[in-house]
Amino acid sequence: MTDTPERRWHDMGGQDAGPVPMDGHDFALWEKRIDALMVLCGGKGLFTVDGLRRALEDMGEDAFEKYSYYERWIAATNQNLIEAGVYTLEELGQRMEDVAARGPTYGEAQGD
Amino acid sequence: MPHDHHDHEHLSPSGHPFRADNDIPLTYWQRMEIAVRELLVEKGHLTPAEINAQIDAMDARSPADGAAVVARAWVDPEFKTRLLANASEATRAMGFDIGPLNLIAVENTAEIHNIIVCTLCSCYPRNLLGLPPDWYKTRAYRSRAVKEPRKVLREFGVELPKSTQIRVHDSTADMRYVVIPARPEGTDGLDEAALAALVTRDSMIGTGLARVPAGA
Repeated sequence: MTDTPERRWHDMGGQDAGPVPMDGHDFALWEKRIDALMVLCGGKGLFTVDGLRRALEDMGEDAFEKYSYYERWIAATNQNLIEAGVYTLEELGQRMEDVAARGPTYGEAQGD
Repeated sequence: MPHDHHDHEHLSPSGHPFRADNDIPLTYWQRMEIAVRELLVEKGHLTPAEINAQIDAMDARSPADGAAVVARAWVDPEFKTRLLANASEATRAMGFDIGPLNLIAVENTAEIHNIIVCTLCSCYPRNLLGLPPDWYKTRAYRSRAVKEPRKVLREFGVELPKSTQIRVHDSTADMRYVVIPARPEGTDGLDEAALAALVTRDSMIGTGLARVPAGA
């Protein structure tokens, strides 16, 4: 049985693919922070792991190919927090502009 | 003075040089991380101390934790029975904070070799082994582990006899697996700590075998 039209893009089990790429990387501080935000917000009931997965899956295959793992996770975290009413899209946009104005590197812009 | 750097433009507010990975040009997603984190703090949901403590807790988890569990299972049959019956409970009793996740231990033997994967995403026994390696999250591993596990294992340098049955376990957000690798031959005289040193991360994912001690 190979014809499974109901399969969504993230359901990768059994597909053809190339060799497993063995290169890895140490996580940077911004990636560790995203991981921590995800775990802590989940623990506080601001969203569920299912909410995160829905956002990740709805981002589509293009996002999977284009963005790194924690880039996709911060996008999903953000979407869930906005949906939960924790802050508004306007607040996010304003803050991202403020952050950019602090300096050109993560070190300068990162805050506390 | 311990912080007598001359190029003050490259020092953080605490007087230390920025980590190299903080020096790259700020990306859109990094700006989003900073903004989300600050808004969560300002709205009173999180404190910076909580975030730092969570990062430290995650950093402290490593395959050494899982290796200690495996070594205990190798030397203590009663513990192994409890581990196979309920890995969440058994690892908690050893002092590991494995959180709310349902952990299932599967045992490799001469007849059966277990491998874990998450075909849908990246579910992994992160509270016991730390964060997953990058390859675990790739399309290639997720796609092929369930379809041609022997070929995938070969890419990891593992060649199993044809007679060994391979079982692939597909993890979900609510159900995570960890493999208890087979105890290598020639390890009868080793204590628990020496045994734990033989247990690699990949051997607990199933894409590797436990190391054979030197001279065995």
